[in-house]
Amino acid sequence: MVNAVGRELPEKVGSYVVKPYTGIHKEAQTSAPVCSRRRPDPSPRRQSKRMPDLKAAILASGLKDGMTISFHHSFREGDKIVGQVLTAISELGIKGLCFAPSAVVNIKNPSIVDFVKDGTINRIQASGIRGELGDAVLQDLKLAEPVILRPHGARPHAIETGALSIDVAFIGASSADEMGNCTGQTGPNSCGALGYSFIDAVMAEKVVVITDNIVPYPCVPISIAQNYVDFVVQVDEIGDPDKIGAGAARLTKNPRDLLIAQRAADAIAASRLFKDDYSFQTGAGAISIACTNFLAQHTKEAGIQASFALGGMTANIVEMFDEGLVRTILCSQSFDAVAARAFSKSPQIIEIDNSMYSNMYNKSCVLDRLNFGVLGALEVDVDFNINILTGSNGEMMSGIGGGPDVADGADISIVTLPVIRGRTPSIVNRVFTCCTPGTSVAMVVTEAGIALNPAHKNYQMLKEDLSAAGLKLVTIEYLRDLAYSLTGIPKPIETTDEVVCIVEYRDGTVIDVIRRIKTDKIE
Amino acid sequence: MQSIQPAVAGTLESGDIQVSIYPNPGQDLEIQLQSIVRSQFGEAILATTKEVLKEFGLTQAVVSLVDKGALDWVIRSRVQAACCRATQSQFTWKDED
Repeated sequence: MVNAVGRELPEKVGSYVVKPYTGIHKEAQTSAPVCSRRRPDPSPRRQSKRMPDLKAAILASGLKDGMTISFHHSFREGDKIVGQVLTAISELGIKGLCFAPSAVVNIKNPSIVDFVKDGTINRIQASGIRGELGDAVLQDLKLAEPVILRPHGARPHAIETGALSIDVAFIGASSADEMGNCTGQTGPNSCGALGYSFIDAVMAEKVVVITDNIVPYPCVPISIAQNYVDFVVQVDEIGDPDKIGAGAARLTKNPRDLLIAQRAADAIAASRLFKDDYSFQTGAGAISIACTNFLAQHTKEAGIQASFALGGMTANIVEMFDEGLVRTILCSQSFDAVAARAFSKSPQIIEIDNSMYSNMYNKSCVLDRLNFGVLGALEVDVDFNINILTGSNGEMMSGIGGGPDVADGADISIVTLPVIRGRTPSIVNRVFTCCTPGTSVAMVVTEAGIALNPAHKNYQMLKEDLSAAGLKLVTIEYLRDLAYSLTGIPKPIETTDEVVCIVEYRDGTVIDVIRRIKTDKIE
Repeated sequence: MQSIQPAVAGTLESGDIQVSIYPNPGQDLEIQLQSIVRSQFGEAILATTKEVLKEFGLTQAVVSLVDKGALDWVIRSRVQAACCRATQSQFTWKDED
């Protein structure tokens, strides 16, 4: 069958029954009660939940062959929890687990691939599987089921419907007390918001908090509360602070990226929605960070204040807050150390649940009242579909993240990217993997001009506003032709018929699948 | 076939290609390609390289290409420079457009 973005899909892959994407907001949802696995705790009143080590906690959690385990990705590349927990599970001889973190971080020594090869893990569900694991999945790694990739907003929904049912959640926290109250905001390895693990804490059958910093009771602030926590384990180190995010990310000096960032901020400022109380999400890529700075300038010049900044936070959004350019920060993830430690500055900087941020099937989510969302992409095609997963050589370059949620939720979603990267064209006839449907993308901003999407709900308004501001408008086809004239037309990536990843959209339908890449043979 | 000497042009920076030419007396042309865009542009890179080598009449050589995503014009220029150095000849600019 073919879905609404023209992707050929199988009816079923392994035990996964494919519900094809049928268009924005077309998928009817069940009204069944949410499927929490949490149970009342019959054990006598405990004075401490500390376990001597990870193995003891894993055994006490009742983890058995074939169950599902989860983690959050807030420690990013500095994560030392996933590796320690999987090593302990592997040494206990527990096999055939479904590994379902909010995203797979690219950890090495040990690598996740090692735990697939030794049989500890045989299924994976996450928002992304960047790095060694992703490349191996696309090339030759064998799993019992295809990997399910979901945007941030779809994961809590999948947990609430029971599509993803978590037996044991392992939650890393940079400070915790002996009863399980914990946070990522304090301690030597602070990662900031734990927004991606709230849903796991509330919904999993067992919850294990892992920290390297036990604090006197009660831990303050309480990001995850003791009433959801079964066990607490202290380990030597939960992360590498340099890789968690040492300081503010440096501002790019690349003139092309700066031009794109400036142009994206100019497009925002040209819009009639850019007025007092506007809201925005910019993100953490090089162009995004630069764009935040240009947006701060525009906000200052206009003499206005944003009502909120949303999602992943960076140092320069905190700077905007300090200057009174944004009233509230709603933070589900902290991208650097400045953002991670900003919460104590003001009650207006709030750690929020990822589900509150992005899940469209909540009673409401914040994203669905966002004005401006700035996104990155690997590729965009002439239908404005976005690929953020697979690179030009068939590698797994990134995770889906919240991009599809932001594109749909924001009034104006702005994709920023250069026309080419090296010899790889970024504007193409057809993206290799579709992660975000083009109809939800308002515009593509490049160094060669801005392409507005005629199929977007706010096209007319944007065309008037951006034309009036004298911004350079071009067609998406012009950008594609320019890209191809510089790089040549790439040979399509060859795949086998075997589906190795299923790509879900924010509504839980399947927007695309990724088939196994044929290893290239030239000469 | 003129005698050639080992020669290199280009760097390993992103967007560049490093072209190395070695004599291969009595043997055929042998081209080794490493490229970060090999599956999509490998054939195009080889075609450009062969075209330039032909223009210089190089037939008995080992040519090693380490490509970091160079555009076609860059590849052409680097192979031309390597050929000039290998054959110790000056580039004839008047033949270009």
